[in-house]
Amino acid sequence: MKPVTKPWLWSWLAAAAAFALILALTSGRGAGELAYAALSFGAFAAIVGLGQMLVITLGPGNVDLSIPATMTLAATLALKAMGSEPGTALLGLAIALGVGAGAGLANYALIFLLRLPPIIATLAASLIYQSLAIWSNRGLRIKPPTGLADFATGRFLGLPNVAWVALALAILVWVILERSIWGRWLLASGQNLRAARLAGVPVELVRATTYVSVATFAGLAGYLLASFSGGAALNMGAEYLLMSIAVVVIGGSSIAGGNSNVPGVWGAALFMFLVVSMLNSYGAGAGARNVLTGAIIIAIVIAASTRRTRA
Amino acid sequence: MNFLARHRIILPVVSLAVLLAATFYMQPRAMSYFGLNLLFNLAVPIALATIAQMMIIMVNDIDLSLGTFVSLAACVTATFLNDTPMLGLLILVALILSYALLGAVIHALELPAIVVTLGMSFVWGGLALFILPSPGGSSPDWLRMLMTVKPPFAPMAVVAAIIIAAVTHLLIIRSGIGTVLRGVGGNARSVERAGWPVIRLKALAYGLAGLFGVLAGMALVGLATSADPNIALRYTLLSIAGVILGGGEFTGGKVSPTGAVIGALTLTLAASFLSFMRLSPDWQIGAQGAILILVLTARLIFSRKGAGA
Repeated sequence: MKPVTKPWLWSWLAAAAAFALILALTSGRGAGELAYAALSFGAFAAIVGLGQMLVITLGPGNVDLSIPATMTLAATLALKAMGSEPGTALLGLAIALGVGAGAGLANYALIFLLRLPPIIATLAASLIYQSLAIWSNRGLRIKPPTGLADFATGRFLGLPNVAWVALALAILVWVILERSIWGRWLLASGQNLRAARLAGVPVELVRATTYVSVATFAGLAGYLLASFSGGAALNMGAEYLLMSIAVVVIGGSSIAGGNSNVPGVWGAALFMFLVVSMLNSYGAGAGARNVLTGAIIIAIVIAASTRRTRA
Repeated sequence: MNFLARHRIILPVVSLAVLLAATFYMQPRAMSYFGLNLLFNLAVPIALATIAQMMIIMVNDIDLSLGTFVSLAACVTATFLNDTPMLGLLILVALILSYALLGAVIHALELPAIVVTLGMSFVWGGLALFILPSPGGSSPDWLRMLMTVKPPFAPMAVVAAIIIAAVTHLLIIRSGIGTVLRGVGGNARSVERAGWPVIRLKALAYGLAGLFGVLAGMALVGLATSADPNIALRYTLLSIAGVILGGGEFTGGKVSPTGAVIGALTLTLAASFLSFMRLSPDWQIGAQGAILILVLTARLIFSRKGAGA
C-alpha cells in the first residue's frame, strides 16, 4: 500500500517531526518525560476526538458543539456526588457517563423532534448544560477521591493510565467501525444518507446512538480530566471544542463524512500537544504559539486537500 | 406558500416583541429611554457580529473564528487606532482584506470553511495576545462619543440597530450584487455558468464579513472603553445563533439581515430578562439557549402548518 492510501500516517509523521524538533533543541534529553506528557494530555484530546469523529462521519452538518459543556457538567456532578469520599470512584464514573448519555439523548431529541441543524441544536443545548454546571458548581472546588486522583495521574507498564483508557477506547471504536454492522451503518449513512435509508439502514437509530456516544465520551473525558487535574473547573472543557474538531481533521477523517480514521485521531492528538510544547521550548510566547498552531492546522488542511485532488 | 412562510421575518419580530413585553411586565421601569438603553446597550456589537456571520452563512460556509476576530479588532482599536490612528486604520483594513483573501483561498482550494476558520481562530487569538497581552488599552474619544451619543426619541442602541438593519437590507436583499451573493449560496454552479466569477464573489462575502467583524470590535471598544484578547469569544456562537434565530438557514443563501439584527437583539434581551425575573445569574447563559430552542420550535410548528395548508 502506498502511504497516500493511509491518511492517518500524516498525523503520526507530523507528531514525530514535532517530537524530533523538541529533542533537537534539548539534544535528546527528556525524551521519556516528553513522550509521557504527550500521552497524558493527548489522551483527553483523543477521547473527545474519537467522539467528534463519529459525529463528523455522519455527514455534512453533523458536529457536536456541546462537548465542552458536557465535559464540565459531567465532571462537576460526578465530583459533587463523590464528595472526595474514598471508594466512590465507580459511582462517580457511572454519574459522569450517565450525564454524558443524558446530554447526548437531549441533543438528539432536539435534532430529531425539532428538526434543528445539529450545530444549532448542540449549541443551544450546550448553553443550558453550561448554566446547569455553573449552578451546581457554585465556585466550589471539590477534590477527587485520593484513589481516583492517583489512578488518573498514575502509570501502568510505563504508560499513563489515562492513555491506556484512551487507547482501549480507540481500539473499541476501531473494531466497532470496521467489524460491526453498526459501524458499517454509520459509514453508509455518512456517505449517502438517502441511499442508506433506502437500503434499509435504520439511519435515525444510527444517528441517535452516535450522538449519545459522543456525549458519553465527553462525560468520560471530563471525569478523567477533573480527576487528573484535582477538581472540576467551569472552563475546563473550553479548549476541547476546537481541539476535538482539529484532531479529527488533522487525523485524516473526511470533514464531509462517511470516512473515519481512528489511528489518525491519536496521532493528531499527540501532534497537537507536541506542537505547543515545541513552540514553548523554542521560546515562543503565547501569541506566537497560537498564531503558529493556527497556521500549522491550515497548512495541514491545505496539504490534505491537494493530496485528495491528486489522488 | 402560506403567509408565514413567505414572510419569514414575522417570527423573529414576534419573538422579540413577546420577550420585550414580558420584560416590561416584569420591570415597568425598563419602559423608558434610559431603561431601553441599558437593555440593548451591548446589542450593537452583537448585531454587527451577527451580520458578519450572516455574510459567511449566506455563501453556505460557517465561521468559527468570528469571536476571536472581533476580539482582535477590538484590541487593535483600543491600542493602535487610539495611539496612532493612521496605522490603526491600516491594520483594520488589512484585517478586512485578509478575510477577503481567506474567502478566495477557501473557494479556490475547495477547503472546508469550518476547519480553516477554526485554524484562523488560533491565528486571530494569537495576534490579539501579541498586541494586548493583558487587558487594557483605551477607546478613541470619538468612538466613545459615538457609542454613548443620546439621540432624541430612541436610545442609541435602537437607532443603531435600525440603521444596521436598513443598510444591510439594502445591500443584501435589494441590490443587484447582494442578490448574486445570495445566489452563490443557492447554487454556486449556476451563478458561475451565468458568467459571474464565484471566487471574487466569495472574497466579497468574506470581505464584508471582515468589515462587519471589525465594526463589531470597534463598537465593543466604544462601549467597554478598553479591550482584552478574550473580550468577544462568546460572539462566535452568539452570532450563529442570532442568524438562525432571525430566520436564516445554513444552506441555500436564505438569510435575512433584518432578521439577524432582530435575532441579536433577542439574544441580548434574553440575558437581561432573567435578571428581571430575579432568577440567579447562573441561568443567564442557559436562558439564551432555552429561548433559541423555543423560537425554533415555534418556527417548526408554523412551517408544519404551512406545509399542511
